[in-house]
Amino acid sequence: MRADRGLFLHLGVLAALLALHVLAPPYHHTNLARIMVLAVYAMGYNIAFGYTGLLSLGHALFFAAGLYAAGLLVYHAGAGAPVAMIAGVLAGGAVAVAVGLLALRTAGVAFMIVTLMFAQAGYLTILYFGAWTRGDEGIVIPRAARMLGGLDLSDDNTRYLVALGLFALALLGNLALVRSPFGRVMVAMRENEERSRMLGYNPFTVKLGALAISGLYAGLSGAAYGLMFGYVGASLASVQYSILPLLYVLLGGAGTVLGPLLGALVMFYLIDYASSLTDAHQFVTGAALVALVLFAPRGILGTLRARGLRWLP
Amino acid sequence: MAAVSLLEARGLTRHFGGLKAVDRVDFDLAEGEIHALIGPNGAGKTTFVSLLSGRVPVQSGSIRLKGRDITRMPAHARVRAGIAYTFQITQVYGALSVFDNVALAVQSRGAADLAADTMAALARVGLEARADQVAGTLSYGHQRLLEVAMGLALRPTLLILDEPTQGLALAEIAAFKDIVRAVVPGATVLLIEHNMDVVMDLAERITVLNFGTVLASGTPAEIRANRAVQTAYLGG
Repeated sequence: MRADRGLFLHLGVLAALLALHVLAPPYHHTNLARIMVLAVYAMGYNIAFGYTGLLSLGHALFFAAGLYAAGLLVYHAGAGAPVAMIAGVLAGGAVAVAVGLLALRTAGVAFMIVTLMFAQAGYLTILYFGAWTRGDEGIVIPRAARMLGGLDLSDDNTRYLVALGLFALALLGNLALVRSPFGRVMVAMRENEERSRMLGYNPFTVKLGALAISGLYAGLSGAAYGLMFGYVGASLASVQYSILPLLYVLLGGAGTVLGPLLGALVMFYLIDYASSLTDAHQFVTGAALVALVLFAPRGILGTLRARGLRWLP
Repeated sequence: MAAVSLLEARGLTRHFGGLKAVDRVDFDLAEGEIHALIGPNGAGKTTFVSLLSGRVPVQSGSIRLKGRDITRMPAHARVRAGIAYTFQITQVYGALSVFDNVALAVQSRGAADLAADTMAALARVGLEARADQVAGTLSYGHQRLLEVAMGLALRPTLLILDEPTQGLALAEIAAFKDIVRAVVPGATVLLIEHNMDVVMDLAERITVLNFGTVLASGTPAEIRANRAVQTAYLGG
């Protein structure tokens, strides 16, 4: 049995992120914590889109479900951060299942539109209940409520390590998932649904399962985002937050476990760098994406995998 | 008359617009036999087996598998109930490894030892040395064998092979015949086939379809001697 290169690579990435905790300057340190939380979201998106082939344009709804489940519980009910975190994860999964039960009756473009509409409805619902959610202005979660056990999530160092912990959990969970029998079926569904049906798999339940896992990831990320950065606002439920994970995944490599992190990292710094150069930073990111689609449609890691790193999970 | 009936179809009908693709077909499969389905192009063979496998919904009529009515059962549930279908146009997962292709079939029936059962299924068609290869890079003949291995790996009670020897070389056909012979009597084989040598060699019983209806049914000798079949099909 040859060494498990895939596992070592992923552990290596986690070790590098831990090293950056010590090495990274404060500015990048904060950025990285945010990137890791968003990468969890993108990993969830990748499970649905990259592995199962479900091109959703409504994942902001699942992210927001986690964000608001956690935020509202803390803000209005005085719940502790651990309870809020768990509630956020479950809310993301539950909303994904509810949406999936209806949206998965469609496929392709219709699925994109239905999920987009659900997410817009969710966004408008948040605005509608402004008395509770404070709409666009959002809720600022007080520092006292951002204690996870004995950990103060508003502290930079703690926040980084908690973000890394959650990211590590999500990453290794993702790796285990795609190597599991169910992971193989997800890919089979993406590659050839009719063939998979004739191997005894119900496409609807497989896709619903994948979407549920995807929703759990999005919910976890949303809850963590709210609690760590102390802000829960409607802008985080907008269509932009449905597109972001798609871009991260496309850039990093759809259907690769590390792609979402790499995509989030590159995109974050691309936007950061472009905005320091010009006001038209969206033009720079747009141009980067066009170049990507034209010259490397598989994304960074997808291209590497096609060029010889076949073992890349 | 054959011993135990595995599958019985009564009055099976499927029309596409004005085209009577399958029209009131009665059909019986005995357990453990190799049964060939032949007929000219457009006779309704593929539509008929699609009705049996559930890929195409039945318009009227009924299908029973071991006495159980499966007429309205969805395709994936029929696979779990023991009906495996191998595609006429090879549909392996081109981007996945040969191993993963077969493993998908093996894990579908809930095997205890995934790796061992997968390799065993590959060995039955002689592809075990290519387990790590990407399926899309296999030769056409090997892809056909992989397709059959996926069917076998499901351990079906009924294996439906839709034109399995199409495009195969002579040596490959000989090997294929051995593979099919080894499937019975543990399972039953329903074979759609154009190659008459393969049909006459393998089949214990033959059903001839023409214009969506059963023209004749019987042993290879009976079919060969049948006037109606000769006129309609064998060009006699």
